[in-house]
Amino acid sequence: MPDTDLLIPILVLTVVTAPVALLAVLGITSLLDRPLPEAATTRLCQAATLIGLVAALAILGLMLASGDRYVPVVLGDWVSVPHFHYSVKFVFDRLSVPFVVLTFVLCGTVGAFAGRYLHRERGFNRFFVLYAMFLAGMVTTALAGTIETLFAGWELVGLSSALLVGYFHERPAPVRNGLWVWAIYRVSDAALLLAAVVLHHMTGEGDFDRMLGSGPWPDGHAALTVGQAYIVGGLLLVAVAGKSALVPFSGWLPRAMEGPTPSSAVFYGALSVHLGVYLLLRVSPILDAASGLSAVVVVLGLVTAVYAYLAGRVQADIKSALSFASLTQVGIIVAEIGLGFRYVALVHLLGHACLRTLQFLRAPTLLHDYHLLENALGDHLPRPAGFWGRLLPASARAWVYRLALERGYLDAMLNTYVAGPFVKLFGWFDALERRGTDALAGRSSRESDEVKPHAEQPLEELTV
Amino acid sequence: MNPLSLPWLELAVVVPLAGAAVVGRMRNPYRAGRWCLAVTGTALGSAVLAWLGFYLGYEPAVRRSPLSLDELSAPLVPAVALLHFLTVLATARTKAARVSFGWLLAGESARLATFGVTDPWLLIGLLTAATIPPYAELLQRGKPTRVYVLHMALFVALLAGGWALVEAGSAVGGSALLLAAVLVRSGVVPAHLWVADLFEHASFATALLYVTPIAGAYAAVRLVLPIAPEWVLHSIGVASLATAVYAAGMAVVQREARRFFAYLFLGHASLVLVGLELVTPISLTGALCLWFSVMLSLGGLGLTLRALEARFGRLSLDDFHGLYDHSPGLAVGFLLTGLASVGFPGTLGFVSAELLVDGAVEANLLVGVLLILAAAVNGIAVVRAYVRLFTGTRHASAVSLAITTRERVAVLTLAAVILVGGLVPQPGVATRHRAAEAVLKDREVQRTTMPGDGITALSGGRQPPEFARHSGG
Repeated sequence: MPDTDLLIPILVLTVVTAPVALLAVLGITSLLDRPLPEAATTRLCQAATLIGLVAALAILGLMLASGDRYVPVVLGDWVSVPHFHYSVKFVFDRLSVPFVVLTFVLCGTVGAFAGRYLHRERGFNRFFVLYAMFLAGMVTTALAGTIETLFAGWELVGLSSALLVGYFHERPAPVRNGLWVWAIYRVSDAALLLAAVVLHHMTGEGDFDRMLGSGPWPDGHAALTVGQAYIVGGLLLVAVAGKSALVPFSGWLPRAMEGPTPSSAVFYGALSVHLGVYLLLRVSPILDAASGLSAVVVVLGLVTAVYAYLAGRVQADIKSALSFASLTQVGIIVAEIGLGFRYVALVHLLGHACLRTLQFLRAPTLLHDYHLLENALGDHLPRPAGFWGRLLPASARAWVYRLALERGYLDAMLNTYVAGPFVKLFGWFDALERRGTDALAGRSSRESDEVKPHAEQPLEELTV
Repeated sequence: MNPLSLPWLELAVVVPLAGAAVVGRMRNPYRAGRWCLAVTGTALGSAVLAWLGFYLGYEPAVRRSPLSLDELSAPLVPAVALLHFLTVLATARTKAARVSFGWLLAGESARLATFGVTDPWLLIGLLTAATIPPYAELLQRGKPTRVYVLHMALFVALLAGGWALVEAGSAVGGSALLLAAVLVRSGVVPAHLWVADLFEHASFATALLYVTPIAGAYAAVRLVLPIAPEWVLHSIGVASLATAVYAAGMAVVQREARRFFAYLFLGHASLVLVGLELVTPISLTGALCLWFSVMLSLGGLGLTLRALEARFGRLSLDDFHGLYDHSPGLAVGFLLTGLASVGFPGTLGFVSAELLVDGAVEANLLVGVLLILAAAVNGIAVVRAYVRLFTGTRHASAVSLAITTRERVAVLTLAAVILVGGLVPQPGVATRHRAAEAVLKDREVQRTTMPGDGITALSGGRQPPEFARHSGG
């Protein structure tokens, strides 16, 4: 019988190191401009996900055999100076193990799919570097035992997701959408970081078991006062809403569909969009400490579900329709968490992620099948009016239709009331500075005004 | 005698100075470029050996030199030397004729000496001397100089006047003037116009090397921090915090790459000052870590932008350029250094940002909130600039625009430092923490010896602050 005290840390290291090593190999070879061949990249991805998955399953097996449902593994202090320490701690429990297994399974599946789907694409190597970053971020976030470690993984997921939205970067629309996603993620990241430092400040610790009680998930009790729970919980809820595309941040999810199908499937349809939900589950004892916050979570979830249902009904392309269908379920899962059904939410999350990945991967060929059917029928497939369609008067239907078509005007509102005034304000400051500098210089001071919007053709080789 | 006891720091300062005299007389720009590279390489080697000698505890052989390293300056000197070396290394051959190598070396010597002295008047003299090379270049290129000259003259006058007042016994008045000097040199709003103006008119290399070492922060630590009353520090903090948020917002709306860089730098320099002002061990450690991180990451970002400019001239951010396919190496370098500057995980800036925010929240929750806000907006500005420069279209070109070998070496060197420092942060953080403790200890000593709550102090030419000199690792 192997010594589990020794075996578990080794397995934990394997789970965490496999995606990090994959990222290191793909990243370093790319930095050196010596990307691996396609076949080697695909095999490496398969090996890393398989090794990580096997190690995670082995830990699950050991936990089941020993009856232990909470296995914290402290790998040591990453940074330690008096009054500050950043410890690297991973936790295997009823929440993290299923989520990390799900991550490996879905990433492995999509990695294998993408190896063929993106064959000979110009950005093949770039896709897999970002894929590795995403995998490393997901695993780190899923297993994080401290909020700081979680934040590190959270950021990796955010950057890789945003860059993958802009994967087809020779067109403006995908990169504009990628930038939009990044901006929303930055708001989410800022809220999480603030929650982390406030929590650290209040409890003196960033460990989840110190702040959420040492009981195994979901039985912990938050070691926070009601007031503290509202502050930290509120910040975390903003982070969750940004990451899981809850209202009012929902506009980024359909935009994320500009990315290639494999990344849409695994990132925005299955894993990334559930990461906020995962965080909510992880910190759910804080919701117990603040009942008002639970009510807000329920309302937020239901509003998101209704919004996504309506918007999803009018989408003209399959990936957007699937993304809103995904968001509907995410909203329902959030409401379940708010109502206290933690296990229901977890099972719902796992099942939904698997189903949606399958649907996304099937989407391109499904369209083909529909076309075949319609060709055979010689007409469009019949679309009977739904229940609400028969119930609502025509004017109400038109109003709801318009609202849904404009996706609840959420993006328009963010543009009008946040981005627009921001740009206007700083544009005004810029003009003020121009006047000030011109006055000091006694002449027009900006050479940059003469810079043309498009770069001119270089006339000479730099290596001459 | 151990080789590490040799006067490497003195050599690191003297070699560029002598090199400036020689290289400045060369007519052939390519030859001057080669010599300049050799000189900056020698200075870098000397600076690294001086740093090693300090951490291994070797007493320097030249004991009467005004130059010395301490916990604060030990890693900054090689970082400054590295920045100069990489800037010269990454200079495109076709642009060599437009670079004033002589002034670049003179500036390097002044900057290295600045970070190696503690004597107040010497420090003031060197900070003053360092203002000359950019001015000379502006004159040489026939560019407007008034904005720069007005600000730098004000800086020098305030600095010298402030310290003279301190020595005359008026700590309050002196501190106020020194505070104003630091704010001007660091580009704190509203005394920040010169930074963007310098980037508008000077060569990118000159502007980059003048601002990225954040000499204003060094002046703050050496001259202001040990003696300043609380209100002075508080004033620096408020002004810097406002600047950090303001500059982050301005970076997002800029329509040209150099101006974007200028505001990004201003925001980060202000964040360093915010951390210094809070004077807690953690915030100070965070600020010192961030200082080092910003110097390298923004230095790298600047070099990447400069490499792009060498190909296309000044770059607008109004529209997409789609340069990724021509120079993926530069694109990755841009993103890596840019994200490192905003504290992305796995990079040098991550722990710095964590420490700084943690220290800030400990002191004041609102300060922490604004720091995080500024960092978030800076992150948006960096990715926006990346998107505009490298993506959105496909740039067609008849000539190769790929990264050159020299540029690749520069990018990879900085990437290695940023990533290794980010993944194994403990040694760096430990040295910055020791430096922070030394600064705090020094402040405590200076403040307790001041009569009457620091209203009058340092009369009779009190000795300058002495930090744990050559205390070893």
